[in-house]
This record gives sequence, structure tokens and C-alpha cells, in this order.
Amino acid sequence: MRRACVAVVVVGVLTVAGAGPALACGGLIGRNGAVNLARTTTLAAYKSGVEHYVTAFQFNGAGGEFGSIVPLPGVPTNVERGGDWTLQRLVREVTPAETQSGRLDTLSAAAPASARVLIDTRIDALDITVLEGGGKAVGDWAREHGFLLPPDSPEVLDFYATRSPIFMAARFNGAAAAARRTAIGDGTPIHLTIPTPNPWVPLRILGLGQAPDAVIQADLFLLTERQPALLPSGNNAGFELDRSENASASLLADLRADKGMEWMPASMWLSHFKIDSPARELKYDLAVDASGFSPSPRAAGLPAALLPPVVSKTSVDGLLVVSLFVGAGVLLMGAYLVGRSGRRPPLHT
Amino acid sequence: MSASSANARRMNRWPAAVAMVIVAAGAVGCVRSEAAERPPRRDRTVELRIHHSHFFPDHLSVPMGTHVRFVVRNDDPIDHELIVGDASVQLRHEKGTEAWHPPRPGEVSVAAGTLATTTFTFSTPGTTEFACHAPGHYAYGMRGEVTVSR
Repeated sequence: MRRACVAVVVVGVLTVAGAGPALACGGLIGRNGAVNLARTTTLAAYKSGVEHYVTAFQFNGAGGEFGSIVPLPGVPTNVERGGDWTLQRLVREVTPAETQSGRLDTLSAAAPASARVLIDTRIDALDITVLEGGGKAVGDWAREHGFLLPPDSPEVLDFYATRSPIFMAARFNGAAAAARRTAIGDGTPIHLTIPTPNPWVPLRILGLGQAPDAVIQADLFLLTERQPALLPSGNNAGFELDRSENASASLLADLRADKGMEWMPASMWLSHFKIDSPARELKYDLAVDASGFSPSPRAAGLPAALLPPVVSKTSVDGLLVVSLFVGAGVLLMGAYLVGRSGRRPPLHT
Repeated sequence: MSASSANARRMNRWPAAVAMVIVAAGAVGCVRSEAAERPPRRDRTVELRIHHSHFFPDHLSVPMGTHVRFVVRNDDPIDHELIVGDASVQLRHEKGTEAWHPPRPGEVSVAAGTLATTTFTFSTPGTTEFACHAPGHYAYGMRGEVTVSR
């Protein structure tokens, strides 16, 4: 069983045409015929209707042979270099103290008919392109720009395009990486600011290009203003809600102190998910209703009502309050009507 | 010409007519015998659609001797190919190094969003496979079967 290990995540990695890959018959994917999954780290934080999406791309050398495509829930209003320690600090928050050093070492090493280019920018040696288009259009764009797409990519791109036509393609520029003396394993964090009614986090994309039995391991961090309602809830085999609590003041203070993270409020709810699932079972995304009520099965990439939405305790409380008000209103109305009928003079015939 | 001489002439033609019938029957027999050994060629056109790295349809049935013209339409944004043949042919292509196949009997590359054609004569009864051997595609399930009946 091939084991694909990802440290935190939401990125599908595609091979990009590089310097003379040894082609197999029909040759679409480079080198050993496999898609290599680079380590990436991601935070999805949601505040005041805006998703802050922080992720990191690891340089794998080979002249920038590897690229990634990330589905996005909306059009970013800003793409900038991410902070220096945000992702590492989040990992430290959920890692037991006795194993932190080893874990951090690992992380530091990992650290329409045609698509329309909305944003085209370079961050350090990383070329970032935000695209709008259907699955086929984005696939065409990727192919025409040297991305070698694995066989499941047409279906996966369509899977996402039905919900959001926005994708981000990222690829290291070999010349820029050389000029910057980027070393293999160096990560480049990026920070996207995306206005969206409710965030969803792509999970299925993690299995892109992977064999069905390949185990996808990932950590996913979510910060919301209150306890969110999630779908799936995190009780599934292979998708575990490891932590759901008020984010510690020290964590938020550390995050706020990082570059570009000044927006971090004093109080946030931290959800931490551990993903440990065969690729063939990771066929969904994480839908988030930040108001705490009803996450959308569609946003989770699920057929309608396949899984019941799990509402948070806050949501249950909210529903209870609403129910009590409605019940009290009905009782009052009933009492009023009874009272009126009691005062009504008898009919005389 | 008298009636008796005309009758005599008709009588003289009988041996020749019988001989011709025998020769003709023999010829027909020969033709039938050859036909039993080599079935008559049947021509058929099959349209294959490629969508999400799968063939549609993924199963065909043809009588032995059918000469099929495959018209392959690739709806995907990635390149594919069609290779028709037995297990040894499929294995050779799975391990092969030819990145692009010119159209020749039983094999053709189909670029993203395009249409390509190839032909194949199914001369052996049993099951013959058709597949794509771009890296990872066969394992992903991009294959189908042709049942060839006698």
C-alpha cells in the first residue's frame, strides 16, 4: 500500500512537465509514473464573511517539476505571502509537548468555454494563477501550461467546478527558485483572502492521482468566530474531529503577531481534524456553516441528505431558544383566541 | 425442321446440361467450404466516448470476422489512447515507451477534446480487451471488453 503522507492540507499535486521525464507508453506523468504528493500545510479561518486561507507549497526541485491545483470557494480579493510561523504554530498547538520537536522537524522539512485568468502573480519563486472556468476549461488550461494531469483529474475537476468555478494553480518557477537559491524542502506560505458566505474545505483533492489504497494523512485546522456546524461531523472513520474548543489566547496572540495576520480576533473557535483515510473513501469535502446551523451537503460534495448535518451544541441551544419562542407565541395566541371566544356574546337567534 | 429432329437435338443437350449442373454444384460447394474456414467479413462502426477517463460503452459484442472501425471521441481535458488487442498486446503497451501512437490498426492516440479513428478485425473468438495505457489510466479502470462470438 502506498502511503501518501501530508501534514496539513488541501492541495492536489499534479506533475508538471519538467526536464525530460521518462515517459511510459502514452506518457503523461513524469519520472516514475506516479504522482508525488508534496507536503502542504493549510489553515482555513473564517471571520466576518471572509475566509483567510493560508497554505504552504514545498519546493521539490527538478526545476519546478511539481505543481498544484486547489479548488477555492470564491474569488480571492488578495493573494499575498503568508506569515512565517502561522502553520507551524497551529501544529504546535495540537501536538503533545513530548513529541513536538520531532513533529516540527518533519514540518519544517515540508514545509466558461475556456478558463479565465483572474489573478496571475508570483510569490517568491511560486507562480500563482487564479482561474475561473469549468472543470474541462481548467483542465485544458492546466494541460496547455504544462501540468500533467492524472487520470482522475477530469472527474475531480468537474466535481469541484459544479460548486465553484474558481481554482488556484501553483507551480514553482525553476529559474526564480534557482535565483533565490530555494532549497528542496523549502516551503512558501501563501495567504488568500476570499469573501464567501460559508467556507468549505476541499478534502477530496488530497487523493488526486493517488491509488485507491493509498492512505491520505492530513491535519486540517479551522478557525471560526463561534463553534461551527460541520458536515461531515468528524465522527467518520478516517476523518476525526480531534479538537473542538475555544482557541487559546496564546495561540491567537501568536498568530496575530505573524505577518499578514493582524486580522486575527481575540476570540476564535478552533477545530482540528485528523484525516487518515484510503483515497478511495475520501470522496467528500468539509462543509462549514459558520453560524452553527446547517452545513450544506452540496458544499460537502455529497448527494443531498446522504449524511445528516451535525449541529453544534451552540446550534442546538439556538434551535431550542427559537423553538421555545415559537411555542410560547403559539400558546399566547391560543390563550388570546380562547379569551376572545370566551368574551364573545352568545348568539341570539 | 421436323419435330423429330428437334426432339433429337434436345435429347443431345441433356448430358451437357447435367455436366454444367454438376460443375456449378461443385463450385458452390467449394465456396461454402472456404466460407466455413474463413467467415465473411462484416464491417461495423463503433463510436466510443471517453469521459472521466472511462470508455462508454465499455463492453461490445461482435461476431468473429467483424472489421470494426472505432470512432473515439475524447471529452476529457487530458490525452488518452485506444489500444485493442489480447492480454499480451495490453501488457506490451502498459510497459511500453511510445508516448504517442499514430493511427494504425488497433491503436490510436486521442488528444484532449478531439476525435480519432482506428480499425480492428476480430478474427479470434473469445474476449478481446481495449484500453488506455497512458500512465495510471489502465489501473484507474480505463478499459473495456469485446466479446467475439463464433
